[in-house]
Amino acid sequence: MIELDHITLQVGAFRLTDVSCRIPRGSHTALMGRTGTGKTTLLEAVCGLRTVVSGHIRIDGRDVTLEPPGARGVGLVPQDGALFAHLTVRQHLAFALDVRRWPADRIAARVDELASWLRLTPLLDRLPLGLSGGEAQRVALGRALSFHPQVLCLDEPLSALDDETRAEICDVLSDIRQRTGVTLLHITHNRREAARLADYALQLRDGRIEPTSVPQT
Amino acid sequence: MTQPPSPTQHRPASDRPFFAALGVLGGTYILLLLATLGADTFYTSPGHLWRALQSPEIRHAVRLSLLTCTLSTLLSLWVAVPIGYLMTHLQFRGKALLDALLDIPIVLPPLVIGISLLILFQAPPLRALERVFPITYAVPSIILAQFMVACAFAVRTMRATFEQLSPRPEQVALTLGCNRSEAFWRVVLPSARRGILTAATLAWARALGEFGPILVFSGATRMKTEVLPTTVFLELSVGNLEAAVAVSLLMVAAAVTVLVLIRSYGLNQPFNRSL
Repeated sequence: MIELDHITLQVGAFRLTDVSCRIPRGSHTALMGRTGTGKTTLLEAVCGLRTVVSGHIRIDGRDVTLEPPGARGVGLVPQDGALFAHLTVRQHLAFALDVRRWPADRIAARVDELASWLRLTPLLDRLPLGLSGGEAQRVALGRALSFHPQVLCLDEPLSALDDETRAEICDVLSDIRQRTGVTLLHITHNRREAARLADYALQLRDGRIEPTSVPQT
Repeated sequence: MTQPPSPTQHRPASDRPFFAALGVLGGTYILLLLATLGADTFYTSPGHLWRALQSPEIRHAVRLSLLTCTLSTLLSLWVAVPIGYLMTHLQFRGKALLDALLDIPIVLPPLVIGISLLILFQAPPLRALERVFPITYAVPSIILAQFMVACAFAVRTMRATFEQLSPRPEQVALTLGCNRSEAFWRVVLPSARRGILTAATLAWARALGEFGPILVFSGATRMKTEVLPTTVFLELSVGNLEAAVAVSLLMVAAAVTVLVLIRSYGLNQPFNRSL
């Protein structure tokens, strides 16, 4: 469960005040709202990339408000994937495990597992340059899932994809939830996407966050 | 009611005059550049160049120039990368003032930098240091004089590089378990590779052409503190224009070779094209 407890965020002149909500464990929650309402700022706060002015953030009951991003157990998939241009797909999948000093055989086994699951095996020795949009997002998802995070934050990961690839990544996201039980917090503007994937929806409007009904297809 | 004009009635004027005007303006400078290089080339002869290369003083100056430029470039990068990163990532009081301070070596006349270094090394603690490790009028003074100016250009380039990099990959690296240092070494620095090469190129070329501060701070002693710009000055001062021009051409050749090599190497790296 992700619990935002009366948090206030400030980015320049923009301010989100006294935001509270609970996102059930293992759910897929769509975070919706118009452009500029602070969705990405809120997601960054959950990841630990934004300092909270006041309030608390808890993940599965653990207060992570003051913890650095790398200690929170939160994976992040940005809109453009933000792949590391100098690393191969294999190195992307191994990145978080290498940082955690996993032994080489365990890293290799985990990379193989992720590559086979996300259909990345033929691409393992490729650099991000030249990967298609769908392939890049599968690499970004694999990289974020590699270290078994409790929460996966998705910042409009499907917005730059064509319809066919979008449907393919939607299938991958459903599969991720079924297999891992990770809690997904997913920023999206697309109501069809939310209807297909989410079982909860939150709306950010005028600096406040409110539960809203999941859009119906 | 007026009739809307037919879409075919308006035909934009040709783009040719626009590009021709830009081409003429830019071309004038390129022409001047090529004309000066051409004048140098036609003034000298292969014999002059050969004699220049045979001279022990000039060979020493070539070796010393290559050595000092390389060392001052490495020192510049060593300083410019951290300054560029910190100035991009940190907000603090007095940042604008520090920013202006970093540009001082760019706007100051180079001679003034030489005089300032000379005065600084007259201070008692540094004079004491000089008794153990000679700097003024010795080879280290050349490196220091080159470094003072070249570093300012490297800092400017590194700052622009870090400002242009998307913060997202670094942020993702932080969520993957890195601390700031690990994210810097594993993600930010490799992404800034092309900027580092550009900074190195600029610093090296700038150091190669440095003359004023070296003349003041290092002197112009043959076979000791003579670098290529000093050679041009010394040859010119004794009326040996042919040798001065030959050495100038050597400097042009060295600079062009290094610029082309570094740039082609940097641009050929596949991942750089996506940056």
